[in-house]
Amino acid sequence: MSESIIAGLVVFVLASFIGFEVINKVPPTLHTPLMSGANAISGIAVVGAILIAGTQSSQVATTIGLLAVILAMVNVVGGFLVTDRMLQMFKK
Amino acid sequence: MGGRDDRIGEFFMGFEMSLGWLVPVEQLTYLLAASLFIVGLKFLGSPATARKGNLLASVGMLLAIVVTLLDQGIVDYTTILIGLLIGSAVGAIAAKKVEMTEMPQMVGLLNGFGGAASALVAIGEYWRLSHAGMTVPMNVLVTAVLGVLIGGVTLTGSLMAFGKLQGLISGSPITYPLQQPVNLILLAGFLVGGFYLVTHPNDLNIFFDISAISLILGILFVLPIGGADTPVVISLLNSFSGLAASAAGFVLGNDMLIIAGALVGASGLILTQIMCKAMNRSLASVLFGAFGGGGATSGTATATSSAQKSHRSVDAEEGAMMLGYARSVVVVPGYGMAVAQAQHAVRELADQLEKNGVEVKYAIHPVAGRMPGHMNVLLAEANVPYSQLYDMDDINPEFERADVALVIGANDVVNPDARDNAGSPIYGMPILEVDKAKSTIVIKRSMNPGFAGIDNELFYKDKTMMLFGSAKDVVTDLVTNVKELVTA
Repeated sequence: MSESIIAGLVVFVLASFIGFEVINKVPPTLHTPLMSGANAISGIAVVGAILIAGTQSSQVATTIGLLAVILAMVNVVGGFLVTDRMLQMFKK
Repeated sequence: MGGRDDRIGEFFMGFEMSLGWLVPVEQLTYLLAASLFIVGLKFLGSPATARKGNLLASVGMLLAIVVTLLDQGIVDYTTILIGLLIGSAVGAIAAKKVEMTEMPQMVGLLNGFGGAASALVAIGEYWRLSHAGMTVPMNVLVTAVLGVLIGGVTLTGSLMAFGKLQGLISGSPITYPLQQPVNLILLAGFLVGGFYLVTHPNDLNIFFDISAISLILGILFVLPIGGADTPVVISLLNSFSGLAASAAGFVLGNDMLIIAGALVGASGLILTQIMCKAMNRSLASVLFGAFGGGGATSGTATATSSAQKSHRSVDAEEGAMMLGYARSVVVVPGYGMAVAQAQHAVRELADQLEKNGVEVKYAIHPVAGRMPGHMNVLLAEANVPYSQLYDMDDINPEFERADVALVIGANDVVNPDARDNAGSPIYGMPILEVDKAKSTIVIKRSMNPGFAGIDNELFYKDKTMMLFGSAKDVVTDLVTNVKELVTA
């Protein structure tokens, strides 16, 4: 049990450091698109949602999965599209 | 990345052996997707590459979704496809329809949906395992409880923030007696329930009880936070939505989810820090301080004394002369400008001034909008080139050389009291030093103090001219008058 959590923690901590390094110097002009773009990435939960919706272990699980897929997809598609719409407007 | 596959593998042993090659393909694609997220975020950091960065991240997402659809555990595609279609359609329509002024609400809502999806993944996996008659393994249990807490708080907290921004709920902080003790008791209840589950891992009722508690905690957490602090809250909830995705990753034993969630968590945290610094507040004081409650009382105290102070005002014609004959003008837009939808008129004014040979720059305070970078987006929508937008640190030394500072719908962020008056509730907040310009024009509806109820010393300075009216009308008038200067 603890082994898999610790392995996950290693990944989590290292990825957090990468996140801090990569994002630290973003200029204020891009803060809103950065946030909505990052927000779309957090919709990655859709991967888990798909697995739960598709395994057909029980009706309840499938319903939970369906709801999760819908919400995550709104987040993903809405997030990436609106970010692109904003970035389109930025001109030098 | 073995956890989930091991468990699914128990159900689909024979199947998995014949399609064994798919597993490494799936894992490698996840690795590629995670890399694309990192590179995408990196590219989002510079205006020249930002659009490409967003595209790369979305390609990563697409790859991750497609390869997941090939997973051997999936037996039914109808439900998945229905979900994917509905979600994509709703997301696409929302992204197309939303006004740029409503961006904070939109991002707030999307944060909430992301958090909810992650919490549902945790709940769904817990349900699936206990329904299959298995004792829910400890690592799944602990991380599912955590995922439900973070995801639940993100969902209802975001909905509250949405309500406040949209004006559905009062924007002022809502406080009640024993607020913090009540929150602590709820949190304690959550922890007790969580620990109980460790010994009784399959007690569904307790699991749903603590899910409900996490939803209530999200509401109570945003309730006492004032409207002016929403940039901090939105950033923090953004970070939470990432952490919730990470927690879902722990539940499923999926490293890519953990990585993607951690990246978002880090990005939200950085923005939270920047916003707190821009308001000179600690995160704790934003979350628990109920700002505006204390500020309002001292606001009324100074408001009475302001009755004796005098201000000078100009009309649009005089204002246009000051602007038209200046060498350099710095425009300071605030949220009031966005509310009045005056950004296009402001751009027109700037164009006209530049035709007259006036140098125009925009000074953007980090909390000028309702979310980080909001004002920049609003001005970009009005076709203001981003090279004309200056951050606080870059523009402050320039005010001394500016002939006119034109303040449109901004108040607290140009209040010299924040710098000079240790008794002011906003003392210590970094401001745009417009009072150092040779003269200042402030466009404002009336002399009423702003949102936080704090009087602004700037309005009573000798160099400050008040130009009363709604931002859009006044700026349009200014444009006409500046045009006449040329023809005259």
